Amino acid sequence: MASRDDIKFLSNPKIGGRRKKYCRFRRFGIKYIDYKDPDFLLTFVNEQGKILPRRITGNSLKYQRKVASAIKRARHLAMLPYVTDLLK
Amino acid sequence: MRNYETTFIVDPVLSGDEIKATAQAYVDNLQKEGCEIVFVDEMGLRTLAYDINKRNNGVYYCVEYIAPNGAFLNNFELGMRRDERILRFLTVALDKYGVQYNADKRAGKIGKAKRHKQEKPAKTEPAAHGISRKKADSPHLTGVPSGDAESFKEEE
Repeated sequence: MASRDDIKFLSNPKIGGRRKKYCRFRRFGIKYIDYKDPDFLLTFVNEQGKILPRRITGNSLKYQRKVASAIKRARHLAMLPYVTDLLK
Repeated sequence: MRNYETTFIVDPVLSGDEIKATAQAYVDNLQKEGCEIVFVDEMGLRTLAYDINKRNNGVYYCVEYIAPNGAFLNNFELGMRRDERILRFLTVALDKYGVQYNADKRAGKIGKAKRHKQEKPAKTEPAAHGISRKKADSPHLTGVPSGDAESFKEEE
């Protein structure tokens, strides 16, 4: 029988350790989010074209608001779809 | 004095000259109102994400300008709304970061130029590339060593 100590070595200690989320705009000093750059905004929507929540992207509140308004502007200009499937 | 930016989509069914004339007409219109045109960006023909007026592509233009006040805006937008050649338009007031961003973009400091080089050979896999591509950054980011940027990409 494997004792407690053996089990410790059999399982990978790195599994389950999550990297801390961070706000990329804060970290890289990005101050302006361009609504004319749909490729970049694509990183903040899911494959249905819905805006991802902050708890997933890790954005700070200030920049999440800016991302949201940029995505909405891009949608108005038909650079991003309002509703879709298999966007990615 | 305020900075504005108007993006509009011109009907692609028109001939090339007509499209240019339409865009030029609005630029002239702005100048007549006393606005100083900073830059006119022809973004060219793009596919729309959804159909507008039964068109699935359109010619994008983006005009950046400095206006003395907001008085011109009502008439300017009314003209666009009534114009059948314009599929969509959007006017945005730019804050100082927006102005800075546009200036840097024109100077080629922001992703675009680099992205073209990277993407042109790899055109066969545009979808994955577009997503993982590193981003339009503000000038502050240019100082970030490329090693950091790489790891940042991989986390995505």
